Amino acid sequence: MNLLIGLAMGLNLVALASSRLPSVIRAAAFQGMILGTLPWLLEEDFHWMVVAVGLGTVMVKGFIIPNLLRRALRAANIDREVEPLLGFVPSLLLGAMATVGAAALPNELPLLHGHAQTLLVPGAFATVVCGFILLIARTKAISQVCGYLILENGIYLFGLLLINTTPLLVEAGILLDLTVAIFVIGIIVDRIQREFDTLDTRKLNTLRE
Amino acid sequence: MKEIALIALPLIFAAAAFAWPDERSRPRLLPIVGTLHAVLAFWLLIDPPALAAHAWFGFDPLARAVLPMVSLLFLVCSMYGVTYLQIRAERKNRIFVTALLVMLGLLSLALQAQNLGVLWVAAEATTLVTVPLLHFNGTGRAFEASWKYLLVGGTGIALSLLGSFCLGYASLMGGGDGDLTFSSLNALFIQMTPVKAVLAHPWLVTAWVLLIAGYGTKMGLAPMHTWKPDAYGEAPGIVGALLAGGTTTMAFVAILRVKQVVDAAGGGAMTERTLLAFGLFSMFAAALFLLGTPDYKRMLAYSSVEHMGILTVGAALGGAGLWAALFHVWTNALTKGSMFLSAGNIRRAAGAQTEDKVSGMAWRTPGSARLFIVGLFAVTACPPFGVFFSELQILLAAFKTGNVLAATVFLGCLLFAFFGMTRLVFAIVDGRPRAAARKTHERFPELPGIIVPPLLFLALSLWLGLATPPLLHHVWVAAAKILSPTP
Repeated sequence: MNLLIGLAMGLNLVALASSRLPSVIRAAAFQGMILGTLPWLLEEDFHWMVVAVGLGTVMVKGFIIPNLLRRALRAANIDREVEPLLGFVPSLLLGAMATVGAAALPNELPLLHGHAQTLLVPGAFATVVCGFILLIARTKAISQVCGYLILENGIYLFGLLLINTTPLLVEAGILLDLTVAIFVIGIIVDRIQREFDTLDTRKLNTLRE
Repeated sequence: MKEIALIALPLIFAAAAFAWPDERSRPRLLPIVGTLHAVLAFWLLIDPPALAAHAWFGFDPLARAVLPMVSLLFLVCSMYGVTYLQIRAERKNRIFVTALLVMLGLLSLALQAQNLGVLWVAAEATTLVTVPLLHFNGTGRAFEASWKYLLVGGTGIALSLLGSFCLGYASLMGGGDGDLTFSSLNALFIQMTPVKAVLAHPWLVTAWVLLIAGYGTKMGLAPMHTWKPDAYGEAPGIVGALLAGGTTTMAFVAILRVKQVVDAAGGGAMTERTLLAFGLFSMFAAALFLLGTPDYKRMLAYSSVEHMGILTVGAALGGAGLWAALFHVWTNALTKGSMFLSAGNIRRAAGAQTEDKVSGMAWRTPGSARLFIVGLFAVTACPPFGVFFSELQILLAAFKTGNVLAATVFLGCLLFAFFGMTRLVFAIVDGRPRAAARKTHERFPELPGIIVPPLLFLALSLWLGLATPPLLHHVWVAAAKILSPTP
């Protein structure tokens, strides 16, 4: 299980380093699928709720959202370059620093007995921070959505700590995926309604002081 | 039963509105639901039901102290909505009416939520359902505003989920069994042994930071307020009024409930310090922006940031400040409602919303301009309107608790906000009318349906100020006593 979380942490860095939108989407989707399988490994006795959480996550994060994103990419005719505000090397360095910092976290935060050996908490915080970096440091709407997706994966990872006691709350996190879906649908709908060149969020700057 | 109806009724009617075939008669559903909802809410206000233990939602004292206000706000806005949607007949209103009704249902759920998870789900769903409301005008600017709202609001709500997880984990560290209703969390943290308290403490601090960042974003506290001017500037006035009075109130109630839990675990000094800092900083930032903004709809957004700051300062002051803050929730939302609606009228008639393009609106739209000016004085706390009395109570609480410095900053910010707002409002109302506004002004005459609702809001604000009903006063004090047991 720690191997899978480590893999997810690696995918953060892949997403930060890739220069083309489809590969960012692929990294986020693959990460989502890994996270979806975690609840099954975490739980010894199979509870139907836990199975449902995992299955729902794999479906939504691994298939539905990435497909929507690819469709938006086609519908909006966006060229595939990422166009970072912050270069790839600095964002990778920041991401790596966040990962190292997160690995040191469990020393500061006390954990329950069963959780102390897992990478869940460091993985979660590293993923949240990497998602943030991607959200802030990229200009294209689609890459911001991917950043949000990774941020949300991190939160889900953290939620796994609570999956035995409050599965419903963790399940509710799926609603965040709905936010992502609305982002993407927004792009598609807007595209149909109006002509609008690049979906560069830097152009969303009419509203300011 | 009635408390479930408060949630279910708007949702059922929302489905009906979505299926309704006729564009012209659909908006009439709004005041129907508004009236039924208000009757139910005030019935519950007078005759509150007993709260079941471990229930996921219920009409507890805090819900009793704010939910009737949201209901009243929606009722008056819905009357305005009928005429507004008739005037704007060129835009389809199916999604708009449905989303408004869903929003009312979700707000009723969020205000009554007794469970950390239910609260979060309702807050998240409210965020999502607001997006089509902001996009009503369908312009590029509206798209930009909804995009930014969703990005900032979505990140905020994601952080509050992370915070909720941390609070849940803190309860596990404290020996809990994963029951996330507020009453059992409170009971758990109060009885926590010192050993467990040490273990849970870092998680509680993390949870508090994340939750105040998350719900503070929804509430629009500076520096997480950036979505507000864009959203309020581009949304129809009625949506602005509901966001400023309804959604922000929901976020404030969420913060109060979380504060209660963290206080129970012995974090009272920390929560009060952070709230005071956030509140004063919001007031300060809002006052600065109010002095500079040229846009009168964005001005309302900054004024809203300022009043959220006032609420937060009130909440930071403990018992006496808390009931004054609940009082201010009522006065601010209803007074601000009048300004949003009259500003919407002026915006339509003028066809622009910055001071360099709009002037002389006292001649073009005499009714709305007068309402706008009276609303300005009401909202900047001139007596005898409600806002004056509620702000006075918060100030008194600040002096009583010995926060003289905070009270001074508070007064200074109010003064600068007053300067900034009067400057802009009179620039728009006075002067020579612009020729450009003649055509748009003829298209949008001042019908009674768009003048009476803001007038009603002002009357309500006067009523709350001059003759605060003893029942309401009692309800606010009771809620404050539960939230902060030590005076």
